[in-house]
Amino acid sequence: MNRATFPHKLLPYLLLAPQLAVTLIFFYWPAGQALKQSLLREDPFGLKTQFVGLANFKRVLADPAYVNSIKVTVVFSLATAFISMAIALLLAVQAEKIIRGKTLYRTLLIWPYAVAPAIAGMLWLFMFNPSFGTLAYPLRSMGINWDPLLNGPQAMILIVAAAAWKQISYNFLFFVAGLQAIPQTLIEAAAIDGARAARRFRTIVFPLLAPITFFLLVINTVYALFDTFGIIHAVTAGGPGKSTETLVYKVYNDGFVNLILGDSAAQSVILMAIVIALTALQFRYIERRVHYG
Amino acid sequence: MERTVGGAMITSRPHSRLIGHFLLVLGLIVVVFPIYYVFVASTHSLETILKPPLPLLPGGDFIANYREAFYGGIGRIGGVGVGTLLLNTTIMALGIALGKIVISIMSAYAIVFFRFPLRLVFFWIIFITLMLPIEVRILPTYKVMVDLNLIDTYAGLIVPLIASATATLLFRQFFMTVPNELIEAARIDGAGPWRFFKDILLPLSRTNIAALFVILFIYGWTQYLWPLLVTNSNSMNTIVIALRKMISFADADTQWHLVMVTCVLAILPPVLVVVLMQRWFVRGLVESEK
Repeated sequence: MNRATFPHKLLPYLLLAPQLAVTLIFFYWPAGQALKQSLLREDPFGLKTQFVGLANFKRVLADPAYVNSIKVTVVFSLATAFISMAIALLLAVQAEKIIRGKTLYRTLLIWPYAVAPAIAGMLWLFMFNPSFGTLAYPLRSMGINWDPLLNGPQAMILIVAAAAWKQISYNFLFFVAGLQAIPQTLIEAAAIDGARAARRFRTIVFPLLAPITFFLLVINTVYALFDTFGIIHAVTAGGPGKSTETLVYKVYNDGFVNLILGDSAAQSVILMAIVIALTALQFRYIERRVHYG
Repeated sequence: MERTVGGAMITSRPHSRLIGHFLLVLGLIVVVFPIYYVFVASTHSLETILKPPLPLLPGGDFIANYREAFYGGIGRIGGVGVGTLLLNTTIMALGIALGKIVISIMSAYAIVFFRFPLRLVFFWIIFITLMLPIEVRILPTYKVMVDLNLIDTYAGLIVPLIASATATLLFRQFFMTVPNELIEAARIDGAGPWRFFKDILLPLSRTNIAALFVILFIYGWTQYLWPLLVTNSNSMNTIVIALRKMISFADADTQWHLVMVTCVLAILPPVLVVVLMQRWFVRGLVESEK
């Protein structure tokens, strides 16, 4: 489309200036520094620097602690995305089915969206903390040796629960929107052909939700990778041991706590590559979506 | 209309709807209970909280606990009261939400309604920032903050977070749907770019701005890593960071009743914004991210 525009020489640059300034100072400059740093070796006091090529990357990728944190991240992200999306889909389908009270349910179900991830983590640790958590109490009386502060897998369960809980709202809203976009006539036709609710869901509703499910999978993975830093920092600090140390937490820990700058920068660059891949994936999907209407 | 009729025809069996309500109520319990429970805990004394199980109903220490949190100051974070924390967080969330809206609406306006050299280059420069979340450039960004003397300042909390591609893209998308006739009519009437922006574009964008405001306010309020890095002094902390400092699950002198009050106050403002502006929020969320 040929857009009607205003003839002006200076004005557009002035309008763009604030955003460009912030972007260059706080995005491009630091990202460039991270790239540069990832190729250098610097001692913790910043006295000596030397160019080491890809040595930082080689060391990071060969480090068992890094491999461990990749595993932790994969388990954490998949579990969080799956649990949260499954619960949200179940609730969205129910909300479409009922006639009365839709708005009330929605109003209450969107609450966790407004809760900071770190606070979500604290809420769950408060309920399940081993010494006075009200919900840890029945677990212990059932004979389970519940202590997420000392037991790695239990710590993982706790942060997955908190991370998934927080994301239910978001997924719920998108699944509801997706369900409403499915033509009612398709479902009626199947019903007339004698397909029962479960079969209609499996053969019509779920396949038609595939694009939105895929979109949510990407979004939830990004969420689990990056936005959950607060949960981990506030609840487990990567522990016990390194059993909940995700990639982002490790970048922070190596850079700010352990002051291993080259390694931290190399990890940053690896994370950048992951984000770029995920963004590209998301945009490919958007193109496909336009195809299918 | 047809939807409801059709829907009713298929799911008219009452027991299926009953199961629906049952599962939704179950879901609500999972979703709302943790928040409700923190509120309950905030109305009990420290002794009651430390002796499980905690009662399911609010206790009698509501006024005492909230007064202590506001006026007594909280020991673990250097005697800073909850009021200061709420103020800091509000300034940060509002600053980010309004700042982002202003600078993205300006750049989207420039990109859509003007033709100038390097227009597409600038668009891509902004667009690529989608792929550079703060988490992947923590250390160097921190260094920039130190060099610019922005540690422990409101500007430091706000400015680095106000550049974002998403808001710009959203406004760009919306502006592209504005019909050419509107601009031509405005120009024939002798309106310049500013008049057109103020009298036509801004009123048309009202719902988009409202939706974006909710999403960005929540984004600003729930920030964690950034305020953790750029604030050292207790009196500049946001409420979420202060909470982290107040809690220690390992030792015994955590003042849980005050932690719970702070938790409730950290959750309440964003929940209110989302619930009260629900109509715009839901539309904006589903449309902006699709």
